[in-house]
Amino acid sequence: MTRRESRRSLIHPRVLAAAAALPLLAVSCGKKSGGFEVSRTMIQVKGSDTMVNVAQSWAETYRTVDSTVLVEVSGGGSGVGIAALTRGTIDIACASRDIKPAEMEQAARNTGRKPREFIVGYDALAVYVHKDNPLNEITLEQLKQIFVEGGTITNWSRMSVSIPGSDKDEIVRVSRQSSSGTYEFFREHVLDKHDFKLGSRDMNGSKEVVGLIAHTPTAIGYSGMGYATSDVKMLSIVPASGGPAVAPTVANTQSKAYPLARSLQIYTLGEPEGALKKYVEWMMSPEGQKIVEDNGYVPLTTTATENAEPEAGEKTES
Amino acid sequence: MSAGVNPGHGMRRLRRPRWAVAGEKAFEGLIRLCGVSAVIFVLAIFFFIFREALPILFSHNFSILEFLFSTKWYPTSEMNVRYGTFALTVGSLAVTALAMAIAVPFGLGAAIYISEFCGARLKEALKIVIELLAAIPSVVWGFIGLTVMSKLIVDIAGAPVGVNLLNGGIILSLMSVPIIVSIGEDALKAVPDSYREAAMAMGTTRWQMVRRVLLPASKNGLLAAVLLGVGRAVGETMAVLMATGHAVQIPHGLLDSVRTLTANIAAELGEAPAGSDHYRVLFLTGVLLFAITFAVNFTADAVIRGVRRK
Repeated sequence: MTRRESRRSLIHPRVLAAAAALPLLAVSCGKKSGGFEVSRTMIQVKGSDTMVNVAQSWAETYRTVDSTVLVEVSGGGSGVGIAALTRGTIDIACASRDIKPAEMEQAARNTGRKPREFIVGYDALAVYVHKDNPLNEITLEQLKQIFVEGGTITNWSRMSVSIPGSDKDEIVRVSRQSSSGTYEFFREHVLDKHDFKLGSRDMNGSKEVVGLIAHTPTAIGYSGMGYATSDVKMLSIVPASGGPAVAPTVANTQSKAYPLARSLQIYTLGEPEGALKKYVEWMMSPEGQKIVEDNGYVPLTTTATENAEPEAGEKTES
Repeated sequence: MSAGVNPGHGMRRLRRPRWAVAGEKAFEGLIRLCGVSAVIFVLAIFFFIFREALPILFSHNFSILEFLFSTKWYPTSEMNVRYGTFALTVGSLAVTALAMAIAVPFGLGAAIYISEFCGARLKEALKIVIELLAAIPSVVWGFIGLTVMSKLIVDIAGAPVGVNLLNGGIILSLMSVPIIVSIGEDALKAVPDSYREAAMAMGTTRWQMVRRVLLPASKNGLLAAVLLGVGRAVGETMAVLMATGHAVQIPHGLLDSVRTLTANIAAELGEAPAGSDHYRVLFLTGVLLFAITFAVNFTADAVIRGVRRK
């Protein structure tokens, strides 16, 4: 976008009311370089810790696509990102869960614009154990009984598992802090919206969950599939309807056969415009989707890309 | 009185020109403002925290007894929201107590050694190193706890998980020691040398002098050093967030993970929508923390007064 346009949006009253929400607002420092003026646009991205690596790679790669756009990424959890979006302090919120109606309403009330959702990839919420754990598959019900408040499974012996090289039997539950979208997704789809058993180690990030499990032979926890390492093992899950256990693979996620497959999405305030619109479209382009894949997640299928893309037809700016 | 003074138009009978007197008054007023500002800030902070927290006290789905004495902390539950901070309070107190159990003997011992026993050159070197220790940011301590300490604890103590009460306590004690040492050393230095000379003249050994003369004489200062250490430990957030494992439970042993009040506020305030019950309860947790530090300071004051009366 050009410098003049950002000026215009600066003084537009409705835009001013939406205050810091606008990316166009952020930086427009006329910087002399090579004799002509360059304006830089800042895009603030915040939210899901599951997606933070993807968002970071997008931001870094996009610099080579459009050097006038500066994308700033921070994590904190889907809840933190959506809360910031509803306050209008960021441009894009990443979330590994759906936005709630209450949050939608709050955003509309605070900023005057309704959040717009774009699905940018898929993830299998993987259940991780230590690599030496002999367990290979688990039923959804067992998983629930391990993690739910009042659940009956607290020891590995209840699952007929003995951990090699360890005399401890107690299951060390590794969970996420409550601002995490992964935490909420797990609560909704594994615990049927019941509460977690207290006393789990609530980690601040997806990476920390996997890191702790890698050091702890008696641990079990959940995190995005993109965080898998060679020190941990992803369990196959037996769906609630029964049948064979399904592994969290790319194919099983795309076909939704894996019970904990979920979409990764971003939210913008209202229909994105200008540089923001270009950036969002680029995320869903083959180049952007390649980055999703490189980070260990599942890219959109072509049809999904088309559905998620906003209507083209607005005048593209010069 | 100084209004309308014409600078430079000094009168003979005054020893100094009027503008100097006025300037002095103004400066005195400025300094007084600095002194009083601490009180204003404390009151303002308390006012704002309390104002954010207050509405929840009158909410019908909130009970202060549950808040203080229930161990169930489910602020974002979809079935049954419960705000019980007892496990968090116990976590905060347990980590602090453990940290002090390690840091107080260690810190006071170091202060006595630096002040009374070691040579001048070593003293300078030690003081610089200890000041350096105090300057390490808490997130770095947390990182050490998360990586180095947690592995050591798993290997040596055989704990299932390395991030726990013991880890948090050790990290916090390492953070409090520099404060206890530098303030304790100041307190010992403040004891007049005539006391030492008198004790030596009576034929005491150095150890007898420390125990019978210096420690009683610097009691208040040493207590202040310990309490500042406690203050640091109670209020520390980042390091305990990373090192304690962040699990809501009452610890039954040193190797259990805990969560503290401060870490809980830090982890959850970002997601709590402004003005929601969760947000207000977190501010109420801040009031609780405030009350705890106030109680510590108040007890300390009472103890010091008691010491003085003797």
